[in-house]
Amino acid sequence: MPLSWAIFASFLLAAAGYIIGRSRAFASAGPDVRKLHSRPTYHGYSVALTALFPPLAVLALAGLLRMAGVLSAEAGPVVGLLALGAGVVGLGLGVTRIGQQFQARNAVERMVLGLLMLCSLIAIVTTAGIVLSLVFETGRFFQVYDWRTFFFGTEWTPRFQGNSQLGIVPLLWGTLYISFIALLVAVPIGLFAAIYMSEYASGRVRSIVKPAIEILAGIPTIVYGLFALITVGPLLRDYFAQPLGLGNSGSSVLTAGLVMGIMLIPFVSSLSDDIINAVPQSLRDGALGLGSTPSETVRQVVLPAALPGIVGAVLLAASRAIGETMIVVLGAGAAAQMSLNPLEAMTTITVKIVSQLTGDSDFNSPETLVAFALGLTLFVITLALNVVALYIVRKYREQYE
Amino acid sequence: MTDLPLSQPAAAMPGRRTGSLLAQDDRTRRRNAAESRFRLYGVIAIAISMIALVVLLATILTGGAGAFRQTYLNIPVTLDAEVLDPNGNRDPAEMAKVLTLAYGRVLDAAVDGTIARHGIQIEGLSEADIDGLISREASAQVRDRVLANPELVGQTVEFDVLVGGRIDGYFKGRVTMDSAERDSNTSPQQLMLAQELADRGEMVTRFNWNFLTNADASDQRPEAAGVGVAILGSLYMMLVVLVLSVPIGVAASIYLEEFAPKNRLTDIIEVNISNLAAVPSIVFGILGLAAFINFAGLPQSAPIVGGLVLTLMTLPTIIISTRAALKAVPPSIRDAALGVGASKMQSVFHHVLPLAMPGILTGTIIGLAQALGETAPLLLIGMVAFVRNFPDGLPGGLMDPASALPVQVFNWTQRSDPAFIERASGAIIVLLIFLLCMNLLAIWLRRRFERRW
Repeated sequence: MPLSWAIFASFLLAAAGYIIGRSRAFASAGPDVRKLHSRPTYHGYSVALTALFPPLAVLALAGLLRMAGVLSAEAGPVVGLLALGAGVVGLGLGVTRIGQQFQARNAVERMVLGLLMLCSLIAIVTTAGIVLSLVFETGRFFQVYDWRTFFFGTEWTPRFQGNSQLGIVPLLWGTLYISFIALLVAVPIGLFAAIYMSEYASGRVRSIVKPAIEILAGIPTIVYGLFALITVGPLLRDYFAQPLGLGNSGSSVLTAGLVMGIMLIPFVSSLSDDIINAVPQSLRDGALGLGSTPSETVRQVVLPAALPGIVGAVLLAASRAIGETMIVVLGAGAAAQMSLNPLEAMTTITVKIVSQLTGDSDFNSPETLVAFALGLTLFVITLALNVVALYIVRKYREQYE
Repeated sequence: MTDLPLSQPAAAMPGRRTGSLLAQDDRTRRRNAAESRFRLYGVIAIAISMIALVVLLATILTGGAGAFRQTYLNIPVTLDAEVLDPNGNRDPAEMAKVLTLAYGRVLDAAVDGTIARHGIQIEGLSEADIDGLISREASAQVRDRVLANPELVGQTVEFDVLVGGRIDGYFKGRVTMDSAERDSNTSPQQLMLAQELADRGEMVTRFNWNFLTNADASDQRPEAAGVGVAILGSLYMMLVVLVLSVPIGVAASIYLEEFAPKNRLTDIIEVNISNLAAVPSIVFGILGLAAFINFAGLPQSAPIVGGLVLTLMTLPTIIISTRAALKAVPPSIRDAALGVGASKMQSVFHHVLPLAMPGILTGTIIGLAQALGETAPLLLIGMVAFVRNFPDGLPGGLMDPASALPVQVFNWTQRSDPAFIERASGAIIVLLIFLLCMNLLAIWLRRRFERRW
């Protein structure tokens, strides 16, 4: 791998530059180091950075060109040599700048600031990458498949031979149904747990229960998925679905919804805990002073005051539920259908993204490309929910600050 | 006017108490009942979440404990030189041409010998039952050892060979005589034979280190499957995440918290980061597939791609916690540094950053723990593939196909043999132990170094 060698060599060059720069600075200062504008180490850093940036820039540029297909893979050694050459030139330039008047510290700080700024742009680059890759591939999908059939089609039957029906409606139905059940479980439990912990529990109970609930938040979703698959699914099938004659499948909407609800409990409870704690104590004191019981205080004063924040928390939880993958892959099943029976297997957008993109996939067929359109839909839905939720939460915080 | 109520007759005032203050009237009782009901709801909510946590952990632990124990059959194997080294010159290169099939025959003979030596007689025991007693992996096991040490050929050597998955399941209680009746892969006679051998001390179930070091095994051999490749793959990915996300995340936070001017661009960046933190993980998987594999041409199933995807996913978490840590350092520290003539950059790097370090480390470890448990994006970049070979050492190994712990769990849940469910739970135990260690480290760091001003 010439590339990693080139990177290694340029770092070596930078280290050499540091030592050379530092000793040159000492030399140019003569007997009295105080004559230098900057301390010798800064001269060292300045040379090191001027020696490091050019080769890295060359390598990054070459990498981009190679991805774009302009540069062939055989050009590797040439690129490496070019990068090293750039490094040597940078080193030379850096060394010639050293002198008593050279403001090495300011130069280094400017370069470091530039570097910091560059790093903070990564977030934007990531978002742009997500949007670009999704939009680009979705565009290709809509060239081979009619967008009306995708958004309004009620049938999902991908076939390898082509002529597939790829309607998103049944997937959307499954997603929303499962998320609804999950919220039905998570919101009351999470909210009541948060209320109890912030208004009633003693310090000792709080110090035990709060970390325990946070453990639930730290468990990876694959664990919940396995739990749904081997415990909750068979349990619901044997004790509810089959005796009631409602179905005989281990994976069902209710399985996935229940387990996802458990996963969301800590999410809802910690968010609502923050929000309830943000309600000023004076409101509580006022209500209690007028003779209301603690529960009346909570129901008639604290909760109405915290309502916008709690709505925001519920929306954030909903966006988590809609985007959740492993629990539904293992718990909800793969049958795309629209039914009201919660004990039947249904499927979600995320399940179908996984199933269309794993295994051998041909990136020109609509059956594979549809995953990108599903991804874009998912991204847009969750983004909209997040933006609204964050807006509400922020607005609410300002209210009491 | 305040005396207005007084002018009304007392009886006209609703809810006015007339009885003793000590006796509770209906309304008070109702309100008190509502109060205790409300409290009860809270207790029930907490109880449900605690029970869910306990049941979740208990099922995984009891289900997965079996993966750490494995049944072995101890038999003396006569390594017949005629079969294993037809040319008789003990040259490993030539012996490598002998297929595992030949070793299988040698092993079958050894099993027959052991049964005969103990004089075990079971009615209706077929030859297939005896051959199926040991794992198909056992012959490969013996072959590897012989090829490593050709001098063994011609001798009689004691081997601890893996037994089949059904037999192993019998000793762990997963397979019973009843279920064996209906199972085409085993029979009650075979289980009786296994029981006889166990009674005579030839077949033992003991701790299974191989689960931690073995690679994945095929669908037919759950007894040989292990999480070695998955642990190594996860480790490589965590290394990539650590090397990339910590410097970038800390640098970005320093810029946004300490240097960024308040303008449109920084606003956009901030909104962006908080939104990225809430983007579903599977969308990052699509990004990885489109950008790193299809566009940049990196290999599928490689830890480097997984590491890059997880880096992008953890960056928002690290940035958010690092900014909180930087914000917690009081401004007086910065002012003092600036006051004695430090530049802005010096005050940040020499004073603020070291003081914020414990908080940054805690946030980083928690971000890494999240990344370690993430599954969905890795499925899309091909980490779900069946990988039998260990990846190379660093850095070349980053490009080799590997698995990851959570993906290995998913992979095993998709197999038909129920023994793989036990393996999946076992892999989750390994994963949870790693997560527990990371979180304990984070808590320790916070307790030990955190300062409150």
